Amino acid sequence: MSPATRSAEEAALTFSGVASAATETITVPGERPVTPEVVREHNLNELEYSRIIGMLGRTPTFTELGVFSALWSEHCSYKHSRPVLKTFPTAGPQVLQGPGENAGVLRLPDGWAVAFKIESHNHPSAVEPYQGAATGVGGILRDVFTMGARPVAVLNSLRFGPLDHPPRNRYLFAGVVRGIGDYANCVGVPTLGGEVNFAPSYTGNPLVNAMCVGLLRERDLMRAAAQGVGNVLLVVGARTGRDGIHGASFASEELSEQSESRRPQVQVGDPFTEKLLLEASLELITSRLIVAIQDMGAAGLTSSSAEMAARGGVGVEIDTGLVPTREEGMTPYEILLSESQERMLVVAQPSMVPQIQQVCAKWELTATPIGRVTDDGMFRVSHHGQTAVSIPGRRLIEDCPTYFPEAEEGEAARLRRSQIEPGEPVVDLEGALELLLDNPNIASKRWVYEQYDSTVQASTVLPPGSDAGVIRVPGSDFGLAMTVDCNARLVALDPYEGGKAAVAEAARNVAAAGARPLGITNCLNFGSPEKPEIFFQFREACRGISDACRAFGTPVTGGNVSFYNESPAGAIDPTPTIGMIGLLTNVENRTGSFFDVPQDEVFVLGLTSGILGGSSYWAEVCDFVGGDPPAVDLDAELRLQRFLVAAAENKLLRSAHDCSEGGLAVTLAEAVIGGPYVPGSLGASLDLTGYAPDVPVDGLLFGEDGARAVVSCSQAAARPLIALADEHGVPIFRAGLVVSAGTLELRVGAQLFSWSTEALRRIYFEAIPRRMQHPDVDRAAGE
Amino acid sequence: MPRVAVVRFPGSNCDFDTLRAAERYGSQAYFVWHRDTDLRGADVVILPGGFSYGDYLRSGAIARFSPIMQAVQRHAAEGGPLLGICNGFQILCEAHLLPGALLRNAGLTFVSKPVDVTVEQTDTAFTCDYEPGARLRLPVAHGEGRYVASPDTLRMLEAEGRVVLRYVAATERSPFQPNPNGSANHIAGICNPAGNIVGVMPHPERAADRLLGLTGGSGFFTSPVSSHQDSSNARVSSNEVG
Repeated sequence: MSPATRSAEEAALTFSGVASAATETITVPGERPVTPEVVREHNLNELEYSRIIGMLGRTPTFTELGVFSALWSEHCSYKHSRPVLKTFPTAGPQVLQGPGENAGVLRLPDGWAVAFKIESHNHPSAVEPYQGAATGVGGILRDVFTMGARPVAVLNSLRFGPLDHPPRNRYLFAGVVRGIGDYANCVGVPTLGGEVNFAPSYTGNPLVNAMCVGLLRERDLMRAAAQGVGNVLLVVGARTGRDGIHGASFASEELSEQSESRRPQVQVGDPFTEKLLLEASLELITSRLIVAIQDMGAAGLTSSSAEMAARGGVGVEIDTGLVPTREEGMTPYEILLSESQERMLVVAQPSMVPQIQQVCAKWELTATPIGRVTDDGMFRVSHHGQTAVSIPGRRLIEDCPTYFPEAEEGEAARLRRSQIEPGEPVVDLEGALELLLDNPNIASKRWVYEQYDSTVQASTVLPPGSDAGVIRVPGSDFGLAMTVDCNARLVALDPYEGGKAAVAEAARNVAAAGARPLGITNCLNFGSPEKPEIFFQFREACRGISDACRAFGTPVTGGNVSFYNESPAGAIDPTPTIGMIGLLTNVENRTGSFFDVPQDEVFVLGLTSGILGGSSYWAEVCDFVGGDPPAVDLDAELRLQRFLVAAAENKLLRSAHDCSEGGLAVTLAEAVIGGPYVPGSLGASLDLTGYAPDVPVDGLLFGEDGARAVVSCSQAAARPLIALADEHGVPIFRAGLVVSAGTLELRVGAQLFSWSTEALRRIYFEAIPRRMQHPDVDRAAGE
Repeated sequence: MPRVAVVRFPGSNCDFDTLRAAERYGSQAYFVWHRDTDLRGADVVILPGGFSYGDYLRSGAIARFSPIMQAVQRHAAEGGPLLGICNGFQILCEAHLLPGALLRNAGLTFVSKPVDVTVEQTDTAFTCDYEPGARLRLPVAHGEGRYVASPDTLRMLEAEGRVVLRYVAATERSPFQPNPNGSANHIAGICNPAGNIVGVMPHPERAADRLLGLTGGSGFFTSPVSSHQDSSNARVSSNEVG
C-alpha cells in the first residue's frame, strides 16, 4: 500500500505518533518541533496531516507545516466547494480565460478584452474595517492588472448589521466605506457602483466583497504559469514584513470573541505603492519583459510561487534569505506566509533581469531575484542555503482532500418558507412606500458613493445611482455596463430560486442600461460548510446560479468562495453576490434609470403576480421575513433583457429602471425622484387599473416578481416601443405620463395614491446620512 | 498649436485624463516625468490631480521638491501659463506659487460629486474663453480641498479679483450644501496677480466631453489655445512690422 492511500485509522495512528513517522527528517535549526498541538494550531485535521506524512514520507518541518496549513486552508484550496464549483457553466465564444487564473477575461470588440473578478475580505474587515476593506480593494486590483489589464472600475458589495443597533455596525460601515474610498481614490480607479445591505445576520460578521474591472488589448493577456527551466523568480514591490501571517487560515474559521486578537493578522495597505506597482507591472507586461506574474495575495509567497509552478508543471526553488524584508531576523516560515501588501512575484528569463530592474526603478520599486524555475517539480525553499521546505509541487496543490459535506435544508428554513401571512394587513400604503424609501436597504446610497471617486479616468458615462455603472472605452464606440447584486433574503428563503434571482437581477440591471449581459464573476459568502443546512444553501444557490447563467448565456469566469461567515450569533444569510459585465455596442445608447422629460410615456414591462414572500414590504413594513418568494421565470427574464437592449439600440428609450427590492412602487418612486444632482423634481400621472386586475393592491405595489422594468419614452417612440415589446414577447402596459408638477399620482381602480416628489426625495436621500450623523460613530469601536 | 506639458508625479492619477482633454481641444500634449529637469519647450504646463507621493505627509508637500519643479517655477516666473488641478493646486500652494493652503474637507470625508461654480475671473490664461459670471458644473473629488488663507490674503484675493472659481448653489431649493468642503469665501480656484498661474479644486478635464454629460470644463483647455494663437499672431504681425 502506498503511503498516499493509508486509511483514516492509520492516519490517526500516524497523527499520534508524529515523531516516529519520520524517516529522512529535515531539521532546521531553531524551528519549533512539530507536535500534535502544533498541527492542530495550523487547522489541519488528522486526515489532512496523514496525507502530508504520506506525501513526504517523513514528519514535515515547521515551515512545511505552515505551507500546508495555508495552501490547504479553505480559502486557498476550495476543499469543500470544488465539486460544486465544477458544475458552473464556464464556456462560451466570448470567454478568453475562465476560472483558475487571477481573473476571468472576456472578449470585446476591436481587439479589446475585459478582465474582472470579485473577492471577499470579510474576516479582516470584521476586526479592522478600514484596513480590511482597503486591502480588499488592493488585492482585487492586483488580480486584474496581473492579467495585463488596466483597472478601469471597481464595485463593491457590502453587508452590515442594522444601522440603528448596535452602534458598532455604524462604526464598521463608516470604516469600510472610508477604507475602500481611500484606497481606490488614491490609485485612481473610479468606483462605479455597488450595493449595501443591512440585516441582523451580518451583525458581527459584515461582508466586504470588492470587484475590479480592467481593460486590456487581447494580445497583452498574461497568464500566471511559471515556465522555462532556469528562469528567474523575482519579488517586485514592497518589502516583506510580519503582517498578515496566516491571513488565509484566519479567513477559513468562524469569527468568535477571540477574533479581535486577530487584528495583527490584518494587513496594512499602501495605495501609493499599489499605483506604482500597477504602472510598473503593466509596463513589464506590455513590453514583453516577463514570462508570468502573480500577486502575492492570500498566503503570500507560498501560494503565488506554488500555484504558478503547478500551472506551469514545473518546480521552483526559492531562497527566502534573498527576499527583501522590513524587519531583521525574519524566519523562512514568516517570509513564506507573510501577507504584506503590494508585492508581486514575477518569472522572467535571466537575461531580462537588468531591464526589469530598470523599469521598476523608474517607478521607485525594487525587483529582487529570489529563486528559479526547476525541472524536478519540487517546491523547494531554503534560507541562506539551509533547506527548510521540500515538497512535491503538484501534490502540494492537488493532494488536498476534497470534502463532500452533507446537505439538508434546515428545519428553521423550511418553517420560515411555509409561513404565508404576516398578520394584520397594512392600511396606509402611501405611508408604506415612505417607510420603504427610508429603509437604508432601499434608500439612496449617496452617503456611500460620494466618498468614492466615481469620475477619475474621465470615462464614466453612467455614474453610481443608476441600475448599472457604464464606462466608455477611449478610442472605441463601445462601452461596458457593470453591476453587483444579490438579494440574500430570497436566498435564505429559497436558495435555488434566490441564486437564480441574483443572476437575473444583475442581468436586468445591465440590460436596463442598454447592455447585453456577457458574463459573471461571483463571490459566494456562506456560513460553515460543515453544517448540512449551510451546505444545502451553498449547493442549491450554486445550482440556481448555474441554471440562470446557462439560460442567459453568461458564463462564470471566476470568483471566490467565502465560508465560515459565522459569529457567535450564528451564520449570515447566504449571500452569493453576482458581479456582471455587459456590452453596449454603442455607448451613446446607454440608458439612465430616471424619468427625464415631461409628457414622456411611462410603461410597465412584465407581469405581476402579487406574491409577497420574501419581499422588502413584508420584511421592513410588516416586520415579517418569510413566505415563498416568487419563482424566477428565466425565459421571461431573457426576453425582457433582449427587449431592453434592442429598445436602447433603436434609441427608443429615455429611461429604464429594473424592478427589484420594494417592487413596482419603489421603482416608480425612484424613477420620479431622479438622481441626487438634478435641479428639480418631476412627477408622474399613472393609472395601473387593468394591469393586474386580480392582484391585491399591496401585492401590486410591493410584490417582487422578477422580469419587470419601468421605462419611459417620447410620445413618438411609444408606438414602435409597443411593437418591439410584442415582437420580443414582453408584456407591456401603458401606465401614464411623466409630468412637470412634482407629484407622483398612482391610480389603481377606485384607489388614488399621491405623494409629493420633493417629500419622497428628502426621505430617500436623507435616510442614511440621518442615521450616520449619530455622534457615537467614532466611539463605537470599543463596544 | 501650443505645446502642453503634463507633469507626472509618482501617484498622479489624472495624468491621462488631462493629456486627452488638452489634445481634444487643440494642444500638442505630452508627459514630463517628475525627475526630468527640462519641460521640452512647453508653452503651457499642467500639474494634474492625484496623490503625489501618496500625500501621506500633506497633499503636495513632497511633490514641490521634485526636480521638475525648478523648471516649472522658471516657466511660471517667465509668465508661462501654469495650471494646477486638485492635487496640482495643492502643489502650487505648497510651492508658494499661489497663496493659502488646502486642508481636510470640513465634513472630514472625501467628497466626490458634481458641483456648480461661477467663473469670476476671465482674465487668466485658462479662463479667457469663458463669459464673466459663467456658471459651470464640474466634478470635485478630493479629501483635502478646503481653501484657507489669512484674512489679509483673502481680502487681497477678493480686492484684486483673483478668485477664479467660486462654488454656488445649483438652485435655491437644492437640499445639498453648495460648498463641498467648507472653503473660505466658497473659493474653488484662484490665480496669481498676473493671471498666468491658476489653481482649481474641481476637475475641468472630467467635464470636457459631451458623452460624459458635462462639457463646462472645456474652456480651461481652449483658453490657452486661444491665447497662444493671439500671441502667435501678435508675434507674426510684429515681425512683419519689424
